[in-house]
Amino acid sequence: MSETRPVVEGMFDDEGLIGGACAACGRRHFPRAGSCPWCGEGAVTSARLSVEGRLWSWTSVHTAPPGYDGPVPFGFGVVELTDDALQVVTRLTEADPQRLAVGDTMVFTTTLVADETTSWAFAPVTP
Amino acid sequence: MSHGVEIAGTGMHPFGRHGAMSATTMGAVAVRRALDEAGPRTSFEAAFCGTAYGGVAAGHRVLGELGLTGGPIIDIEAGCASGAAALSLAAAAIRGGQYESVLVFGIEKMPKGMIRSSFFDPWREQAGLAATPAYFALRAQRLMIDSGITSDQLASVVVKNRRHGVHNDDAMFRKEVTIEDVLASKVVCEPLHLFMLCSPNEGGAAVVLRAGDGGVQVRAAVLRSHLPGHVLNEGSPLCGLVDGAPSAPTERAAQDAYAAAGIGPDELDVIECQDTDAARELLAYEELGLCAPGESGRLLDEGATALGGRVPVNPSGGLLSKGEPLGASAIGQVVELTRQLQGRSGARQVDGARVALAQTVGRGANASVVILTG
Repeated sequence: MSETRPVVEGMFDDEGLIGGACAACGRRHFPRAGSCPWCGEGAVTSARLSVEGRLWSWTSVHTAPPGYDGPVPFGFGVVELTDDALQVVTRLTEADPQRLAVGDTMVFTTTLVADETTSWAFAPVTP
Repeated sequence: MSHGVEIAGTGMHPFGRHGAMSATTMGAVAVRRALDEAGPRTSFEAAFCGTAYGGVAAGHRVLGELGLTGGPIIDIEAGCASGAAALSLAAAAIRGGQYESVLVFGIEKMPKGMIRSSFFDPWREQAGLAATPAYFALRAQRLMIDSGITSDQLASVVVKNRRHGVHNDDAMFRKEVTIEDVLASKVVCEPLHLFMLCSPNEGGAAVVLRAGDGGVQVRAAVLRSHLPGHVLNEGSPLCGLVDGAPSAPTERAAQDAYAAAGIGPDELDVIECQDTDAARELLAYEELGLCAPGESGRLLDEGATALGGRVPVNPSGGLLSKGEPLGASAIGQVVELTRQLQGRSGARQVDGARVALAQTVGRGANASVVILTG
């Protein structure tokens, strides 16, 4: 991983996603914000989010969207992090929708989105 | 003092691709037509212009071309609901007695291809997390799971709207398609094929509003934004809550509009809704209360929402036929419905239409619901 850099600072590292936790309402969010996006309170601390979740929705992007120079098609979806009570928008390492199903177990990883640039992603756990 | 708000005139510049013609010129055409329809020497005290990509003082440029500046001219951006946001402010100003006559118009000249929006940070584009149709696709996928919608049903929405659009001179696509054609068009993001997505394009639309209790009445014009918590609202957040997802902006706008108008979903005769993609129209059936949650596919299959059905949806052909010039699209819906209520819609006329509803939803998130009676 030493040859790559994250596409955005402070939102994830090789270990997982970095979100926020609200001291007032107890809920988590992603990415970490200056105040809680659910209740508006300012007492937010950093929280490492679960590295395992369940697939909630998914697609494959076949045409490079504006501002994106990486490979296509690529997988894209929403993974539910049950322990965090959060749904997270994410790249998926699997670009073939036929190989995915709702409820599939997914684990955190990173994926190349441009030369030497990575984003967070989730990968299906192969049985 | 409170007034009724009537629609005194309507005007369109066709939606499509118009070469080098500017949004300003298209707006001027639509405004001139609306003023002419409202009658000789029609004037207005204020103008509200909806546009998302029109730039600084877009409305001034349109009215400048017509020598109609001098009063207040206010540009309004609310994503795909920009035109409806303009209408809601104009109608409220008349209802409250501030003005007797107001011009409302929308203009747009969209870049070609996938919509690019300053809404997204550059890193999010670079990460491939700013593909607007991909978010539509995630929602479509959930609709298929939650409401049992099939690919054929998604294609059927396109077939229906394109059949309606054949009769609309102001539409971009005026040729019927079959389910096979739709499913043979290239996949953009599963389950959405190219023909299931509306084309961003160019055009203008205008209406003149006037204080009065006759003609076509604006009974409600409501704009609502999203509540936090839903991962697939048009606000495109990066996370949402697993439980306690709040009601969608369209649902909330519809509830408020029904209450303001004293009209329920069972009383609607004709609807124009935001068919940005085929699944979005089916979601609107559920969010507007045309059917129970999960029943949108059945409503479509019964033919209830086709011309000749119980409550035709998108008799204009919808955005799937017209294309979507963001700032103009919501006013285009109101133009269509006004003419439907006046019995002027020719081959696509909904017989005996008395109550009409227009819905938009888009970036922000912003959702609008307008209810008209004639």
